Amino acid sequence: MDKFRMIFQFFQSNQESFMNGICGIMALASTQMYSAFDFNCPCLPHYNLAYGLGILLVPPFILFLLGFVLNNNISMLAEEWRRPQGQRGKDPAVLRYMFCSMAQRAMIAPAVWVSVTLLDGKCITCAFCTSVPVESLGNASHPRLSQGEIERVLARIPCKDIYNGQQLIANEVAVRYLRCISQALGWCFVLLMTTLAFLVRSLRPCFSQAAFLKSRYWSHYIDIERRLFDETCAEHARSFAKVCIQQFFEGMSTDLVTARCHLPRKAPADAGEAAEKLLGITDQGTMNMALKSWHRCKPPLHLHPPALPTGNGWAGEGQPPTYPSAPRRETAAYYSWV
Amino acid sequence: MDRFRMIFQYFQSNSESVMNGICGLLALASVKMYTSFDFSCPCLPQYNMAYGLGIMFVPPIILFLCGLILNRQSLVMLEEWRRPSGRRKKDLAVIRYMCSSIMQRAMVAPVIWIIVTLLDGKCLICAFSGSMDPEKFVGFANVSTVQAQQLLAKVPCKDEELMSNSTSRKAVSRYLRCWSQALGWSILLILIIATFLARWLRPCFNQATLLQARHWSNYIDIEQKIFEEACCEHSRLFAHKCILHFFESMRQEIKLHSFSLPREREWAEGEEDLLRGITDQDQVNKLLKTWYCEKPPLDVS
Repeated sequence: MDKFRMIFQFFQSNQESFMNGICGIMALASTQMYSAFDFNCPCLPHYNLAYGLGILLVPPFILFLLGFVLNNNISMLAEEWRRPQGQRGKDPAVLRYMFCSMAQRAMIAPAVWVSVTLLDGKCITCAFCTSVPVESLGNASHPRLSQGEIERVLARIPCKDIYNGQQLIANEVAVRYLRCISQALGWCFVLLMTTLAFLVRSLRPCFSQAAFLKSRYWSHYIDIERRLFDETCAEHARSFAKVCIQQFFEGMSTDLVTARCHLPRKAPADAGEAAEKLLGITDQGTMNMALKSWHRCKPPLHLHPPALPTGNGWAGEGQPPTYPSAPRRETAAYYSWV
Repeated sequence: MDRFRMIFQYFQSNSESVMNGICGLLALASVKMYTSFDFSCPCLPQYNMAYGLGIMFVPPIILFLCGLILNRQSLVMLEEWRRPSGRRKKDLAVIRYMCSSIMQRAMVAPVIWIIVTLLDGKCLICAFSGSMDPEKFVGFANVSTVQAQQLLAKVPCKDEELMSNSTSRKAVSRYLRCWSQALGWSILLILIIATFLARWLRPCFNQATLLQARHWSNYIDIEQKIFEEACCEHSRLFAHKCILHFFESMRQEIKLHSFSLPREREWAEGEEDLLRGITDQDQVNKLLKTWYCEKPPLDVS
């Protein structure tokens, strides 16, 4: 457990490290998904291409979108992009930096899927088995078949158990050929991606280092500012709720005193903290009343200062207080009937 | 647990150790990649050599580039190389030292791939079976050249019906594998001797310069990490101040608009600070709307 906590803390301490962690997990998930997926070539002339290319290209697209969805910073980017300018100008370089770093991380899992698919070879074998060069690889003495027939026979290459074209072209020869092409494509793809990544990383310090440092600082700043603001609002909400509830109970207590129409009995001087915390509610009936009132008639979101019994509301922007205090008096009257 | 934490801290404390760790991981990844890769020789005359040599040389290039990309020090070195001189001169010896240490670390995984490939033998068998002299092997001596080429190309594929039990196929395969393994062990031996000599003889040449270069390259690395941490700390304080200013300015605005006389408010100490004068649903909504529509300027003077 301690080990997990340490690893977790290491990643959390730095937001970028955290994103790198998610990125690595998605890459592993992508490999795992591929090995768990049960590839099943249809072995029919026109369906093979669609199936093979579909498996090659659709899951990477899904993984790419998932990479954006799982990235917390996407909402931050959208907010920064759409906010009104106000008193703070917008810097397009910062937006570009944020988008690029998110896109780079989201590209890793799809690239892993495509590489693994190509290096494995099943997809390309399924998709392009009808394009195998029969003239060069096939047996010289094969029966003359129409184009359609040849295609149907070739389409069965990936399905060894129903393949019936050994006279046309040996199954192993065709599969080896297609797999060789697929693996060559796979390694070329990986080489291309790695070269691109290398160029992007190494050319940056040569050209725009100062601009990069600026964009990186301000994008971190925006993230930290958003988190601090959320924390401040949460603190404020907690205090607001505390005071609101306190005032609710005080109001209930005042109502009870008013309804009983007798002088409030002074609590003994040495009652202590516990009596204060009871807030004047000391029996089952009163407590039930308080709970019902809390459910039926929540207090307005308006804290009045403790010196005055009821708030007049503030005349800010000419709006009258939205919740009049009349309902409280009704509750007290109801109670008096009981 | 303690042991794990100590190892973790040891690696983190020194950037070079982190780099060594990554280098080791890449080497292990290289071996794992080779064992999980399904080598499948095409067994066709024109394709064998391209496939075999491709598998032997393309992944090492990829691993080398990965080694450079994953090494943080390569960025530090590039920045140091390309920065304007300003008030701090550049020391080429430091840059050279950093470059050579980065290259050395990046070369480990590709070399391991090549050695594992050679010791396994499949690549060389696939690439060079077609280049064998058919006269040397009994089964291929009496056929035409073209057919010999075809048969030799099929040697790496054990499951070919024609070839599965042929002794000549096994002979070619053993011959090539023997060469492949000999090459693999020789390369390993040469590299280890070279590394040994380099490390042993290094103190004899320019030890003082080396110590200086190593010190200053560590320094540049540490300085950059501390600068990034300082920037993070600064942006946190900046954001804190900015948000406090914002709440304060909202409080002023509310006071300005409120027509009631200022009353003595007896909030509890802690709550007064935390509520910051915002005590109403409308005030909270206004605050949140203003935060979105008009973010405060980046100026906390």
